Amino acid sequence: MTKMNMLQAINNALDTAMAANERVLCFGEDVGVFGGVFRATSNLQQKYGKARCFNTPLVEQGIIGFANGLAAQGSVPVAEIQFADYIFPAFDQIVNESAKFRYRSGNLFNVGGLTIRAPYGGGIAGGLYHSQSPEAYFAHTPGLKIVVPRNPHQAKGLLLAAIHDPNPTLFFEPKRLYRASVGEVPDEDYRLPLGEAEVLKEGTDITVLGWGAQMEVIEHAVEMAEKEGISCEVIDLRTILPWDVETVANSVLKTGRLVVTHEAPLTGGFAGEIAATIQERCFLYLESPIARVTGMDTPFPLVLEKEHLPNHLKVYEAIRSSVDF
Amino acid sequence: MTTTKSKVVYSPVFTDGAEFRIPTFKLLKQDGSLYKGAKAPKLDKEKALRIYRSMVTTRILDERMLAAQRQGRLSFYMQCTGEEAAVIGSAAALDDSDMIMAQYREQGALVYRGFTIDEFMNQLFGNELDYGKGRQMPVHYGSSKLNYMTISSPLATQIPQATGYAYGQKMAGDGHCTITYFGEGAASEGDFHAALNMAAVHRVPVIFLCRNNGYAISTPAAEQFAADGVAPRAYGYKMDVIRVDGNDILAMHEATRAARSLAVEHNRPVLIEAMSYRLAAHSSSDDPSGYRSKDEEAVWREKDPILRMRLWLESKKWWNEDDEKQLQENMRREVLETMKRAQKRPPPALDTLVSDVYDEVPPALADQFEKLKAHIRRHPDAYPKSAEHAKGGA
Repeated sequence: MTKMNMLQAINNALDTAMAANERVLCFGEDVGVFGGVFRATSNLQQKYGKARCFNTPLVEQGIIGFANGLAAQGSVPVAEIQFADYIFPAFDQIVNESAKFRYRSGNLFNVGGLTIRAPYGGGIAGGLYHSQSPEAYFAHTPGLKIVVPRNPHQAKGLLLAAIHDPNPTLFFEPKRLYRASVGEVPDEDYRLPLGEAEVLKEGTDITVLGWGAQMEVIEHAVEMAEKEGISCEVIDLRTILPWDVETVANSVLKTGRLVVTHEAPLTGGFAGEIAATIQERCFLYLESPIARVTGMDTPFPLVLEKEHLPNHLKVYEAIRSSVDF
Repeated sequence: MTTTKSKVVYSPVFTDGAEFRIPTFKLLKQDGSLYKGAKAPKLDKEKALRIYRSMVTTRILDERMLAAQRQGRLSFYMQCTGEEAAVIGSAAALDDSDMIMAQYREQGALVYRGFTIDEFMNQLFGNELDYGKGRQMPVHYGSSKLNYMTISSPLATQIPQATGYAYGQKMAGDGHCTITYFGEGAASEGDFHAALNMAAVHRVPVIFLCRNNGYAISTPAAEQFAADGVAPRAYGYKMDVIRVDGNDILAMHEATRAARSLAVEHNRPVLIEAMSYRLAAHSSSDDPSGYRSKDEEAVWREKDPILRMRLWLESKKWWNEDDEKQLQENMRREVLETMKRAQKRPPPALDTLVSDVYDEVPPALADQFEKLKAHIRRHPDAYPKSAEHAKGGA
């Protein structure tokens, strides 16, 4: 075990994967000698050479097109998109190509080796274009997996699982926690399951669900609620697609209440999908309407970022109103 | 840090690149003889006949399948007509283990690699033997054993993928390259520029083959770009480029052979611009009479690449009237017989609806599938293709 922040854990996961398999390649903008603008790929070029860790030209659609080809050839590409806000030029390559490669060829070809890493989320004074959470756009695309870690231990185990998973995987990293989240991380290669949510804390009155950086917000909100005697069950979804309906439904069958929270805007956000599925599965057990605590339906603001974001106070209020309904 | 080593001037000097005139490489005249001073490439009789038979097969397949579409037997079709030399001449210059990442009009390359008429028909009719399991529209072929990547409809997406695929081949050190085909219209997409730039920067063994056939559906090349074709763009990426008469089988073969050696032996990506003409409509859903004249088409019919090669073969005494008659008859018969066979085969099983989305069917999708089967069991008459398959399950 070594104490690491999330960036160090991600760097360690990439190092572990590259050491174990020479077909693993890391590339993207500024990923080479500089080690990425956040330093997630630090020292990988020095250690594994320029052919396996390198800078690409500044062209996201090219990075992912290139990565799709590499993965189809049998290599194991880990492509970095510098900010999730800049993933959209590659939308066609991800949605029309990566996601459909296996299906359209009848499994003659696949890009299962592909992993796309991208820092996402707000709270860092990044304004419109360094703050977005685009997971819902991709969650509408069968064929992709979408994974979001909440801390360093999860980041290493989930990233290694994503790299080895035989399906193209988007790995969204909560950049607000890159250095803020610190914890013990095993030194060896380990993989956490994809498609499985994790119950972080059991409770009886209400289920509170989130992923990534929002788990820290939930923790604070739940502390406030518990002081008032509300017993909260906390779940980290971890994989957005395909998501773990069973774990969430079983929890809500027990508690009868659900709050879902994410940073992305309300309308069309992934909380809507969860709410629809859970009301279908748990209709007769629900004590109150499923609540969504999310970013507002605006572009991501700058100076008023705190007002926009679904912070612990807003999550706490939603828990309170759900219980008082 | 810039690497430009340019001369300094002290008043504004604009350049328009007019000094770069890209020549067109030709070897074979329309009468089947070589141009004066042209050197015939090394092409033995066996390979020359494999190429020629592939061209004729492609032409007959296209004619018959368009007719089948017009008769309502097939939903959709796209012909390669007029561009057989550009596609087959280039594919024939590669090693059969090199990867081909095509657009959608390159069935000639598949014929050359040995895709059988049965395999074509199974895809066109989307029957239970279609490798793509009936998921894609007709002409979206693929073959892993023939190293031919399954076609996808979005234009130009295969071009940066070819760069990545070839980078993997370079890393593997197996001496192979990738060729990617696309039209001059697709070359306007951002993916084209991304692919060429990345290939040049990373020194990737890839051949970019632009079929400049004059039209992107109805849009003529003159409304696609202001420049002298697609070829000059290679200069901007510091990439080797050659423009070839795309209806000249010998020139296409020789240019691609030389390009492959640059790619594989020197890690130099190459752009080939094959100048040709899309003699057929864009697809069975298109009618060219709305945007171009019969006279224009007639000019290009005179430049038929298949006839040109046949005349060359006859001049070498490698081919004669009887050979031609026999090939034509055999192919027409085979196409018709296999079409009947393929059409009668049942559609893919119902579970192909949900397989291959992921390596395994996720629980939520399995749940949707069970609900669908239960629905079909309640309404079997409404789902004749799958009522039989829906009988199993809970």
